[in-house]
Amino acid sequence: MTIKHHLSDDLLMAYAAGNLSEAFSLAVATHISLCDECRAALAAYEAMGGAILDGESDLAPMSDDALARAMARLDMPIPTKAAPKKPSHPVLPAPLQDYVGTDLAQIKWRSLGMGVRQAVLPTRDKGGSARLLYIPAGQAVPDHGHRGMELTLVLQGAFRDEAQRFARGDIEIATEADEHTPVAIGDEDCICLAVTDAPLRFNAMIPRLLQPLFRI
Amino acid sequence: MYLDDTPLYDAYTPHIAPPRRVGQSVGFWQKGAGVLTNASGKQGGAVAMGQIDFAALMLRVRDAQDRDAFAEIFQHFAPRVKGFLMKSGSDAALAEELAQDVMATVWHKSAQFDPARASLATWIFTIARNRRVDHFRRSRRPEPEDLDWGPDYDPDAAEIYQAAEESRRLSAALTTLPEPQRALIERAYFGDLSHSEIAAQTGLPLGTIKSRIRLALERLRQNMNQA
Repeated sequence: MTIKHHLSDDLLMAYAAGNLSEAFSLAVATHISLCDECRAALAAYEAMGGAILDGESDLAPMSDDALARAMARLDMPIPTKAAPKKPSHPVLPAPLQDYVGTDLAQIKWRSLGMGVRQAVLPTRDKGGSARLLYIPAGQAVPDHGHRGMELTLVLQGAFRDEAQRFARGDIEIATEADEHTPVAIGDEDCICLAVTDAPLRFNAMIPRLLQPLFRI
Repeated sequence: MYLDDTPLYDAYTPHIAPPRRVGQSVGFWQKGAGVLTNASGKQGGAVAMGQIDFAALMLRVRDAQDRDAFAEIFQHFAPRVKGFLMKSGSDAALAEELAQDVMATVWHKSAQFDPARASLATWIFTIARNRRVDHFRRSRRPEPEDLDWGPDYDPDAAEIYQAAEESRRLSAALTTLPEPQRALIERAYFGDLSHSEIAAQTGLPLGTIKSRIRLALERLRQNMNQA
């Protein structure tokens, strides 16, 4: 698998710093699960965090008994929740399994018409929304623009947008200015993780009034 | 598995690392830093830390539950973690509590410390970052799937040395950045601020913030080549 479309430096740095919302973090973590190149870059951005922490010149002294308190804590039993290692899944990388499980058939899709379906994923903070999109082979996602940024990560199949092809692991970063129309290509139905920081504006299919209803 | 695959070093180059040289088989980001030297002149608390081999100390914690080693790590890192949390908007009392939590995690999760993948400073940074997200954002931070390193995964001393050297160069390069650029990067990491929030605070347009961060990273790359 050769991934051609990667995360931007902005996103990697913000994720390393812990400054991305849950929805965007999910897209970044899922891409990195599939992309060794971005995994290496993330480690570098985390190393920068380490270097900044270590080189910190404004130290905040701990209180006098801090070390004693810390030492006293060492023997306290801690609930060990050794997370079982998730089996690798052909479509859903580990971070996504926390949201949808491992059974594609169990996903509760809602129709957007023309065979296109979506499943909104529950995220706790309000900094963006995440959903899975299901696009039948040959079908187009309705033309839409966004008020903010949209990340679209391919999990299965492939889509074409303008002149570019996106296959499993590839991530498309679309900004406000982009009006794009991804079309699923190839024989396989396309499944994507899509994350936006503002609701989508579908130009054709769903009147904007109804958007809150469909949570898109 | 990128431990053995040198081409990924090249893949990494556009971000921060110097170009790969002959004999430099792995990048610093895969490797632990034993010797966290803080090269030259950053005033304040960075003075006495020069030659302490924190990775070795942490291995004593991990492999032998060595309390003296932990105490030494605590004395160095707890005030830094506390400072980091205060810069992220926490008051002193809360930052102290959270720093205690972070350091307790360092002890209890010591089995996860891998000097071939991250320096101790970097590992502690990620723990502190996660604690911060947990506490302030009250949301999850999805993590990438773990790589399977295989049963034979066992980095040798040369690799760890190499890693330490590269980590030292990153620290050195950071200290030689002009102050405004260094401050900007620090803010992006410590401030819990998005770029647009930094823009709002500094009064600079968002595009300017982004291009200045890019410039700072570019400069960092150059500095690393010279460090």
